[in-house]
Amino acid sequence: MSKTRVVITGMGWVTPLGHSIDAVWSRLVNGESGVDRITRFDAETFPTDFAAQVRDYDYRQFLRNPKAHEHARLNSQYALGAAVQAWRMSGLDQYPELNRKRVGIYFGAGEGPPAFENSVASNLAGWESGGGTSVDPKAWIAAAKQHIVMHEEVEQEANFPLLHVSQELGVRGPAYNCLTACAASTQAVGEGMEIMRRGDADVMVAGGTHTMLHPLGVTGFNRLTALSTRKDSPQTASRPFDLTRDGFVMGEGSGMIIIETLDHALQRGATILAEIIGFGSSADAFRITDIQPEGLGAQAAMREALDDAGIDPHKRLPDGRPPIHYISAHGTGTQENDSIESLAVKGVFGELAPEIPVSSIKSMMGHLIAAAGAVELITCVQAIRTGALPPTMNLKTPDPACDLDYVPNQSRQAKIDVALSNSFGFGGQNDTLVVKRFDGA
Amino acid sequence: MTGAARCGAARLVADLARYPWLMSRAVGITGLGVVTGLGIGGEALWEGLLAGRSAIGPIRQFDATAFPVNFAAEVDAAVTVRDFVPKNYRKAVKVMCRDVELAVIGAARAIADAKMITKGITDGGEPTFAPNRVGCQIGSGLIVAEINELTAAFAKARDETGAFTMKRFGVEGMNELTPLWLLKYLPNMLACHVTIIHDCRGPSNTITCGEASGALSIGESRRVIERGDADVCFSGGAESKINMLALLRQHYTEMMATTAPDMDPGAIVRPFGTDAIGSLPGEGAAILMVESIETAQQRGARVYAEIAGFGATQSADLSTCPPKPDASGDGLADAIEQALRDTGIKADAIDAIVPMGCGQRQYDAAEVAALQTVFGLHLAKKPLVTTKPNIGLCAAATSALDVAAGALCVHHQALPARIAPGAVLDGLDAGATKQRDARLEYVLVCGSGFGGQNTAVVLKRHKQSA
Repeated sequence: MSKTRVVITGMGWVTPLGHSIDAVWSRLVNGESGVDRITRFDAETFPTDFAAQVRDYDYRQFLRNPKAHEHARLNSQYALGAAVQAWRMSGLDQYPELNRKRVGIYFGAGEGPPAFENSVASNLAGWESGGGTSVDPKAWIAAAKQHIVMHEEVEQEANFPLLHVSQELGVRGPAYNCLTACAASTQAVGEGMEIMRRGDADVMVAGGTHTMLHPLGVTGFNRLTALSTRKDSPQTASRPFDLTRDGFVMGEGSGMIIIETLDHALQRGATILAEIIGFGSSADAFRITDIQPEGLGAQAAMREALDDAGIDPHKRLPDGRPPIHYISAHGTGTQENDSIESLAVKGVFGELAPEIPVSSIKSMMGHLIAAAGAVELITCVQAIRTGALPPTMNLKTPDPACDLDYVPNQSRQAKIDVALSNSFGFGGQNDTLVVKRFDGA
Repeated sequence: MTGAARCGAARLVADLARYPWLMSRAVGITGLGVVTGLGIGGEALWEGLLAGRSAIGPIRQFDATAFPVNFAAEVDAAVTVRDFVPKNYRKAVKVMCRDVELAVIGAARAIADAKMITKGITDGGEPTFAPNRVGCQIGSGLIVAEINELTAAFAKARDETGAFTMKRFGVEGMNELTPLWLLKYLPNMLACHVTIIHDCRGPSNTITCGEASGALSIGESRRVIERGDADVCFSGGAESKINMLALLRQHYTEMMATTAPDMDPGAIVRPFGTDAIGSLPGEGAAILMVESIETAQQRGARVYAEIAGFGATQSADLSTCPPKPDASGDGLADAIEQALRDTGIKADAIDAIVPMGCGQRQYDAAEVAALQTVFGLHLAKKPLVTTKPNIGLCAAATSALDVAAGALCVHHQALPARIAPGAVLDGLDAGATKQRDARLEYVLVCGSGFGGQNTAVVLKRHKQSA
């Protein structure tokens, strides 16, 4: 009696540190920063004028027929590049026997960036006709017909990355997009795995994509005071678990993986990168603005994922190591998240917690919001494959509330067989995945 | 769930549920939290459908007479969310956008209908379920920020010449917005407010797949319960696209009829009509209590219908913008076949169908193609339940509302009236008709949304155990 085993056979990402698995990984291990001044729009006067932007990226290089995707917004462009990388790595592009009806998609993709200038022009025209107190609908629609562009609007719906990727890869199975804020793509991978465990697909393309690097996105997070405002030092602004952390740094991009049933992967002779062995999902049910202060929701997600994986968090392995060898933290760099996440890790792993390295790549590439979880899961797989732990950069001043091993400022070699990745969303949706070195059938 | 809760017998049940081939955990619908232009509650929807009433009329929330779409099925403006939240949560009402309000109202109705007690019932008593056994999967859409609030911020960013400048927006402009502004419009806030009000700490998800969102969420809830991670879930979708920008976007999808204010609102939406001219938007919520049959029986709950089968696929034609449905209907046909296999029945066992039937020619034609693929010549004998002339196309809520309508048919063993102005395509049971009783063992609910996600749900009549 056993669950259908699910393995990872392809990975791809488009991130502020580059657009290929190897290039980004070497920069993460080197502790490089992808953060700089925002060039996407004039953010000079914003409380935060810096972010980790995807640079020098042309999605068309990845596509068979770029024309079919000419209206893709940035979120879909990132998704296409990441998904095609993953698809090629999996070898499924060279597998003519593939039953495309048994290939599904589960994304945790964010909405497309708004056409900001067009809205400003239409809304202000309506505002002036409305006497400067409200938008007059007749004036608004007249202006909107001048300014607003059809494809820029319809492509903003959050299911469009899914549509673009399904068309490019020609896959026709179960298709979902979930948008549980910063937990979205971790949840997408987990639920994608569950679809295969249920027997409803052989292969899933799973992951996330997002950009909120537009005036309204930065405004929204600035108003929440969730962002670092360290304008004098963008590269050191993202400092998860550091006492002086003052908020997260926005990133953007996409992470995509190909997951398939072990049987399907073996049958076609695929290279197996790792196995996903546990998924847990919970809700804080606390407040929309705050995390449950004891991290109960985060603990529940971790416990459920470990339970699903058949791992007792308090039990050492026969060789004396803890049962988990690396935790990719949600680690945003906000005061609240990092201390509560540390508390939650201690709550789950008890006295073994200090022995488990925990790091946050958000210190280098910022917070990819809905896409963060998938990118961080790929980080876990890379850690298993290469034996290198990516560091938490900019951790100079220890915080007594954050007293775990955060792999500060320098990467480290370690034998990593089992890793855990956490993602927690605004509003209290928590998701955890456990991934393991593939140890044979 | 906590480690303790997974010990002993509970652990065994949960683990067995993860292996459906050993123990299939049946799932049904025990509560209907429906909010539409026809009223609040499953009864209001059912009575409106039986009577053939339409909620479609001139748009009231703003002056839409100059818009390309002038009509919609709006929820009664007198309905206020304050009446549906516990006293200690009233403060949070000011950070709820309309979509959240609809979901919160729907959720409150759903638990009342399911005779469940949660923390959200002020004078309730002990909750029916432990918080970690309650999940929440609510579909939502691309939420538009309230236009006057946002434009006031734009207006502050104008310089001496009246021109908008980003430099001013970064200071004076953004400071016009309330600090929690962003949180009003995140699509997961529907589920988040519901989980907080009702203290549900199990798996919580937010599906954003256009019109398919509601049905996909119901499929997710069923899967979460089957695998043992919850016993009951708030499930479905809620959305309103009745605001200026969303209405224009709806027009851009080319799913909507282009109308003029002097048209007869009741004659516009013609599902499968030979002279169909497009759909009209509705707003609403369908938050269902999706529950394991096991717990429903233990607590003596009414089961409207079992969710016996589910299927989902992807197909769309991206060769044009806006994308069009896959004209072959193959993707939707595959979803229906999956759902039939999942149920363990053949197509001929289906007694009635609730299609999307939005009244837009290409969407309707693709849907008919799919149904013909699955049902062949028998399609003419399958009554189609069309809801869009009554409640409009309610975006992320629409497919969950259709599941609610299907469940009501199964529960009441009856088919509602159909409003069908004009002739319908040959070979379909879709013309105007009055309500009638019917023997309904299995009802199929299916559809294809904007963006190409296809869903199919098979509802089965539940035999209440003695």
